[in-house]
Amino acid sequence: MATTAVSAESKNYLNAEYGIRSWLLTTDHKRIAILYLISITLMFFIGGYFALLIRLELLTPAGDLLTADMYNKAFSMHGQIMVFFFLVPSIPAVLGNFLIPMMVGAKDLAFPRINLLSWYVYIGGAAMYIWCVITGGVDTGWTFYTPYSSLFSNTHVVEACLAIFFAGFSSILTGLNFVVTVHRMRAPGMTWTRLPLFVWSHYATSIVMLLGTPVIAITLVLVILERTLNLGIFDPSRGGDPVLFQHLFWFYSHPAVYIMILPSMGVISEIVPCFSRKRVFGYTFVAMASIAIAVIGFLVWAHHMFVAGISLYSALVFSFLSYLVAVPSAIKVFNWTATMYKGSVSFSTPMLYAMGFIGLFTMGGLTGLFLACLGVDVHVHDTYFVIAHFHYIMVGGAVLGYLGGIHLWWPKISGRLYPEAWGRLAAIIVFIGFNLTFFPQFILGYLGMPRRYWDYSHMPEWQALNVLSTAGASILAVGYLLPLAYLLWSLRYGKIAGDNPWMATGLEWKTSSPPPTFNFEQTPEVTWEAYEYEKMPLPEEVTLER
Amino acid sequence: MANHTQHIVSSKLYWLIWLILIIATFLTAWIATIDLGPFNTVVALVIATCKASLVALIFMHVKYTSEKMTRAIVISVVFWLLLLLVLSLTDYSSRFAG
Amino acid sequence: MSDSPAIGETPLAIEHEARPELRHHFSDEQQQRNAASLGMWLFLGTEVMFFGGMFCGYLVYRRIYFPEFAVSSRSLDLVVGTLNTAVLICSSLTVAMSVRAAQTGNRKLQVPLLLATIFFGLVFLGVKGYEWNNKYKEHHIPTFDFSARDLMEKAGDRHVLGLDRISDSGQLQAREAEVQRHSQVFFSLYFALTGMHALHMVVGVGIFSVITWMAWKGAFTPEYHTPLEIAGLYWHFVDIVWIYLFPLLYLIDRRPGA
Ligand SMILES: [Cu+2]
Repeated sequence: MATTAVSAESKNYLNAEYGIRSWLLTTDHKRIAILYLISITLMFFIGGYFALLIRLELLTPAGDLLTADMYNKAFSMHGQIMVFFFLVPSIPAVLGNFLIPMMVGAKDLAFPRINLLSWYVYIGGAAMYIWCVITGGVDTGWTFYTPYSSLFSNTHVVEACLAIFFAGFSSILTGLNFVVTVHRMRAPGMTWTRLPLFVWSHYATSIVMLLGTPVIAITLVLVILERTLNLGIFDPSRGGDPVLFQHLFWFYSHPAVYIMILPSMGVISEIVPCFSRKRVFGYTFVAMASIAIAVIGFLVWAHHMFVAGISLYSALVFSFLSYLVAVPSAIKVFNWTATMYKGSVSFSTPMLYAMGFIGLFTMGGLTGLFLACLGVDVHVHDTYFVIAHFHYIMVGGAVLGYLGGIHLWWPKISGRLYPEAWGRLAAIIVFIGFNLTFFPQFILGYLGMPRRYWDYSHMPEWQALNVLSTAGASILAVGYLLPLAYLLWSLRYGKIAGDNPWMATGLEWKTSSPPPTFNFEQTPEVTWEAYEYEKMPLPEEVTLER
Repeated sequence: MANHTQHIVSSKLYWLIWLILIIATFLTAWIATIDLGPFNTVVALVIATCKASLVALIFMHVKYTSEKMTRAIVISVVFWLLLLLVLSLTDYSSRFAG
Repeated sequence: MSDSPAIGETPLAIEHEARPELRHHFSDEQQQRNAASLGMWLFLGTEVMFFGGMFCGYLVYRRIYFPEFAVSSRSLDLVVGTLNTAVLICSSLTVAMSVRAAQTGNRKLQVPLLLATIFFGLVFLGVKGYEWNNKYKEHHIPTFDFSARDLMEKAGDRHVLGLDRISDSGQLQAREAEVQRHSQVFFSLYFALTGMHALHMVVGVGIFSVITWMAWKGAFTPEYHTPLEIAGLYWHFVDIVWIYLFPLLYLIDRRPGA
């Protein structure tokens, strides 16, 4: 921000104060969002490093790059870092933090100091996890299944559990802040039906965070107590039932999928109308679908345990309920497509990500139905089919939404435009790289390749697909590094964005870019409905390319 | 000065609630020593729920709050807790049947 | 905030000077008060689910290991447990009264009531410690050389556990080992539940120490006593958790014929 001419008008949250203290002790939700952005990006690349190790190891059938133990640690730490330290905080803690107060027309979140506390708790957890990685790592798989984690593993399970406990606590604080903000801090005239769908989906996410996270917190505490104080709750040799751990773990961890995907859906619900220049089709349905997903998401957890020894009766109930959760997701996909229908669609970078999201999420969701089906699940359980399925949701869904959102709001966050051509190129590379990585894994899984195997020399015919997957992962890596490069570049050299480069609706576009410390010069008064794109002029640049 | 919607409960009512809670505590302890068959569990949990409700309604002012959200939170949390308990029990109550 | 406030902030800063407890981003006290109490209620909701995970474990194991749970539960001290429950209820009363004292502007009453709360909280913790110490002596702490021998001595208990119906010595041994394992689950849950509850009590005592200090400084007025109020909510919640723990752990399996 070298070029900022210091005048009263251009005072914004970035240049309001200088110095490291002004960042580390800030209570400004926008600055905290930036702190989160930096920290989760760091964690993303640590997690990505382990993904790289996994893909390199699987390039050849023999276990030649890593030892078996190293491989176990690599996939465990890849999973835990990506889930708990990247995906769960990604959109809520960065974009949600930055945007929700502005979208509802507030000066800040309801509890700014708790917001800062949540970042410190997150950093405490992340630091502890990195400590755990450095001192030897953890090899339980991201799921910490007992009794392996509580009795047999000789790795740093306690540290990892504690680190994730902290990360969970941080996400509870974030969710709490969001719910109170949405209830209490809305500007005059900002009724519930005028809220952007991004806010609705974050509201639903917060419900899941608040009611699901404490359950995994206590579960991990019990694992710690079982390891350290010899309490016997999950360990069969002390009378416990290991399947109970799985019940409690998945009570959070299935809904956690919605913690990751719902905010992404919120981003898509902002991008699609903006770049189709149309109102969202069926606003109420999309909003209610978010709440429905949050609720029904809690009823399906045992579909992860169909082969773990739960009763058949219970499995049938959970299988049925798992199908149900597809309904609200399908409503959303239908409504986004209907929004684009006959819209004046422009293929800008965020829109490319959004379209990628819709396609990949649909594939991930449909293969999820395969897994909800008892008979098919027995066949593909713990194979690469499952891996491919949840990466279609978590990368194809959550990460694409995150990248799309970062691009959509980058002009607001930084005050600068990113180079559009590079943006589109990166979006296309991510899409191609992603499919090349994970589509072969569906086939591998169907052919029977189990997950978490480090050596498949007994089945060399799996190599071709694995090579494809590794090649795809390298392309995907390029797709991730490109935005990192050009977004940083744009901070200095990007074109000045102006307040509303996309001519988008939403209160966040009505303030300056970057916004002032308290977001608005005066508390806005809302007299219009959400997504009135028919009343908005077309953005300059986009008009040319239509 | 902000207008206050907060309700001030009379100290008499607080003492009354305290008395009821104390009596209920000794009552439930006494009933536990009598054999009512499976109803011991039911009675103990009913008394506990009554006590908890009194604490929530009077001491925590749920009864007096003009705030719809407080009640919504209480109800949805009870619902979610039951979800966890009941759906887990669908497994355990039928797993050992066959 | 910044050294040189932006144009928009200036009137805000002046406006708030008269009301120091009002944070800058709220428009009035009412909004701030409501936000704080809503936040506390949400937090208590997460706490319910936190304990809920352990309650779930308790429910499941009580169902599948019923005889062992009945016998283990009976080994807890009913009198001490009941009295401790009463102590906690007294502490809830003093909290409620102290909030009332703040509401009515009775400054003199606040501090003694809050001190009484802390006192009752500490008594509860002390009694809990006494009980734990007894469990330690009885070898009922899973961490230290757990043994369920004493649960298999009384004729009534042996009957509940089904030991009196086994004649084969090999089968008897196997059953005894099973009782040892299953009652260890009870005590693991007992310590997890009461331990986590006690931890919340310790945190509560810490919070109330600060609150007492604030009350002593005269921080709470009929207009503003939000910290006291939400700390009170927390304390009552911890009380409610115990109101359920008491019957679940001490009472429901105590009947003679179980
Ligand atoms: Cu699932």
